[in-house]
Amino acid sequence: MSDSILMPRVRVATTSLAGCFGCHMSFLDMDERLLDLAKVVEFDRSPLTDIKHCGPCDIGLIEGGVCNAENVHVLREFRRNCKTLVAVGACAINGGLPAQRNHLDLGDCLQQVYVKRDGVEDGGVPDDPELPLLLDRVHPIHEVVRVDYFIPGCPPSGDAIWTFLTDLIGGRTPRLSHPLLHFD
Amino acid sequence: MDSLETAADREGLRRVVIDPVSRVEGHGKVTLLLDEEDHVREARLHIVEFRGFEVFIQGRPYWEVPVMVQRLCGICPVSHHLAASKAMDRVLGTRITRSAEKLRRLMHYGQILQSHALHFFHLSSPDLLFGFDSEVGKRNIVGVAAAHPEVARQGVLLRKFGQEVIRVTAGKRIHGTGSVPGGMNRHLAVEDRDALRADIDRMVEWSRAAVALVKRLHRADPALYDEFGRFPANLMSLVRPDGGMDLYHGALRFRDASGKVLIDQVPDQAYRSVIREQVKPWSYMKFPYLEQLGPEAGWYQVGPLARVQNCDFIPTPLAESERREFVDYGQGEPVRATLAYHWARMIEMLHAAEVIRDLLGDGDLLEGPLMGDGKRGNEGVGIIEAPRGTLIHHYQVGDDDLVTMCNLIVSTTHNNQAMNTAVREVARRYLDGRKLTEGLLNHIEVAIRAYDPCLSCATHALGKMPLVLELAAANGEVLDRVVRD
Repeated sequence: MSDSILMPRVRVATTSLAGCFGCHMSFLDMDERLLDLAKVVEFDRSPLTDIKHCGPCDIGLIEGGVCNAENVHVLREFRRNCKTLVAVGACAINGGLPAQRNHLDLGDCLQQVYVKRDGVEDGGVPDDPELPLLLDRVHPIHEVVRVDYFIPGCPPSGDAIWTFLTDLIGGRTPRLSHPLLHFD
Repeated sequence: MDSLETAADREGLRRVVIDPVSRVEGHGKVTLLLDEEDHVREARLHIVEFRGFEVFIQGRPYWEVPVMVQRLCGICPVSHHLAASKAMDRVLGTRITRSAEKLRRLMHYGQILQSHALHFFHLSSPDLLFGFDSEVGKRNIVGVAAAHPEVARQGVLLRKFGQEVIRVTAGKRIHGTGSVPGGMNRHLAVEDRDALRADIDRMVEWSRAAVALVKRLHRADPALYDEFGRFPANLMSLVRPDGGMDLYHGALRFRDASGKVLIDQVPDQAYRSVIREQVKPWSYMKFPYLEQLGPEAGWYQVGPLARVQNCDFIPTPLAESERREFVDYGQGEPVRATLAYHWARMIEMLHAAEVIRDLLGDGDLLEGPLMGDGKRGNEGVGIIEAPRGTLIHHYQVGDDDLVTMCNLIVSTTHNNQAMNTAVREVARRYLDGRKLTEGLLNHIEVAIRAYDPCLSCATHALGKMPLVLELAAANGEVLDRVVRD
């Protein structure tokens, strides 16, 4: 990729909702290519920067599903600010492993973990107003906002993210070849 | 110590929030309550999300667990993968084979190397190189790459090497499948071994350079590095029977704040005989403590700062020499400063590079039995030293092979009280009575970052919160409350 001072740099934001951060780790798995990317990309809000609220961006990458009111808020802020919104990884696309809780009686679960579990003292379900309200289900992000692209995988590889981003930034329709398309 | 945990009177206090806490992994926020003169009355680190792993693991077949639980955390998936495998070894009654244990160790020390590199270079180095209240837009790895290209490059390539160690032992860099209950499912390929060997000496050298960089930072500003977030705490980690550092396996040792050993060689299966967990209403993360001291005095620190001082020696020469220098720095007292976590972390990274170098010369990685036999039981505990500290996985499995109970105490949970104490200490010292700026608030985040917070892991606990609706007046008084549970 060329380092042109004449071209405005592409502004990219990333965030993690209810996920494990693995997709962000895969993002870093671009390794030394990250340093090339930094020449054409400017990072807005991301767990890797100190910008807490995103401004207008060209591309938004989101990992993780929607499990609480705060996730909904962050997701909507991203959709408002990002021209192109990308769901990265299993949790953003279908809820991923955290969606395993969708079929459980969760009132009972809370009791198990915070009250009944062996070794717990002063048990009680956390209920402070600072804790965002949890949704009764974990949702994929497309159920809350419109999504432009989906990159599958748990997580997608660094190569897949690199190929996708360089295609998109280069003005090409991103296409992941078969070896880069994984769902595991 | 904890007088800032709960404000005596909340009325009229001003609320300041740091949300999200950035350049850490996972989700957390800090709330401060300030009075009219900007004095801090309450400071809390809240873990605000939960995902339910301990519950939905129940009912799954035991052999799925080491792969599923990796999704607790994408930074240290290997630690969960191996802690669960070790617990399931116990369920199967397996005595692990030589080859399998060495392969798991290789994977784990690769994990330590990549995570420590990520944590120091990608997440924390901007604060340390540019200053806590430097320009926000520059405080990230891209800013480091612009100002200190060689530091950033070495950080990126150290992490890459660790990820490659994981990939060749687990099949994938993140969420791989190498370890199984009872052993491993693959050997190391000769060509993969040779590729790693070609680079390992450079990784050892760069790790030494990273230790030297941290020491330079300490020397350049001892007043800051020695005092920032300094407070006494008990320590916990695994150690070998001879007291040496071991990040894959060992027994629990606790030291008190003066450095005296309190309890030693608690077998992993007996962790419940010494550790209890307290629940507080304002965080989904529990507060563990050493039972014999109780919840007020029994909390402890885990992770690099604890491990480097809790062990009697590090069994590789370069890291051991660095450990001695570190311990000498305390002049007979344990080193207590929060930023010393980074120094200890880089010593461990050097140790991991040395262990990997030595293992790569071992023929057992390439051949030998991968699975052992044993007499099946119903319960197992797996404890490992994850990058962030001691990680405990505890399972019960029914005769039908389905998991019936799962309890996880992750590293950041052990550090919960310590992190809150660090937040309060820094708030009291640097923020109290002052007009808060972004740079001052970043001081709190710097303290949290030092712990290697694995806030994703910390949100594993649960599924759904009962719906609570509250109508509050402007002064915070609750006027009405509706609960659905």
